[in-house]
Amino acid sequence: MKEISMKQMFKTIARFFALPFAIYAERYLLLYANSQAMCTSFKQEILNGSHAFGAQSANGTRTVTTKDTFKAALYLVSGSQGASITAYAATNEVSGTNYTAGGVAVTNATAPTTSGTTAFWTPSASIVYTTVTLSTAFDCVLIYNSASTGNLAVSTHTFGSQTVTAGTFTLTMPANDSSNALVRIA
Amino acid sequence: MAKISVQLTPDSPITEMDESELVKTVNVIDNPVEHTVETIYHLKSNPNAEWAVHKSVDMKLKIPAVFADGAVAGFL
Repeated sequence: MKEISMKQMFKTIARFFALPFAIYAERYLLLYANSQAMCTSFKQEILNGSHAFGAQSANGTRTVTTKDTFKAALYLVSGSQGASITAYAATNEVSGTNYTAGGVAVTNATAPTTSGTTAFWTPSASIVYTTVTLSTAFDCVLIYNSASTGNLAVSTHTFGSQTVTAGTFTLTMPANDSSNALVRIA
Repeated sequence: MAKISVQLTPDSPITEMDESELVKTVNVIDNPVEHTVETIYHLKSNPNAEWAVHKSVDMKLKIPAVFADGAVAGFL
């Protein structure tokens, strides 16, 4: 009888400590964390020819000669952007003065190219959110194809959480080469 | 002096002030993930206030961003 009571007490204590941790892990470690990734759906869409980062000449099988337009949206630290994202969504997107839902256009004057065995692409200018106030911390930017039906996701990029007050948030692009470009396929 | 966009309180609209009326702080964050420069202004009349009237962020990601490893199957 005494042994059973101790077991019950042990279980109760274990649950007492385990439950908060489980809740914490579920809320903050598993469900609500942004992560850096090339979206898995994007990989499939490349094979399907769903994205055009650069213009191409008309040829026997492809007649689309214009490139798509891309946008960059910011997400709160409470978001869950990552490899599983398939399209832009406003859920957990930042909001504030002078920030328009959907984010800003990505300047794309440089077509994808290759070096060695790696193909790569980087926006040709910094991504800039001008004179905004974003008071709730954010730590992720989603690049997506705003010309596609459904705003197909390309990639998510994370950084240390930030806020901005009546200021400009600038994401300076990395060097557009096979080692540093924003999107690379080796 | 340059004009700086400011927000005097969390609920007030964005306006401009002369930089001479403000105290400027520059924070540099440099770690394996990013190189970030935060430019922060407080009112000269209240330089230690918790609320900064202006904060701009210039960030450059340093870690290799997004990388996909293309692979094909062989027939051997």
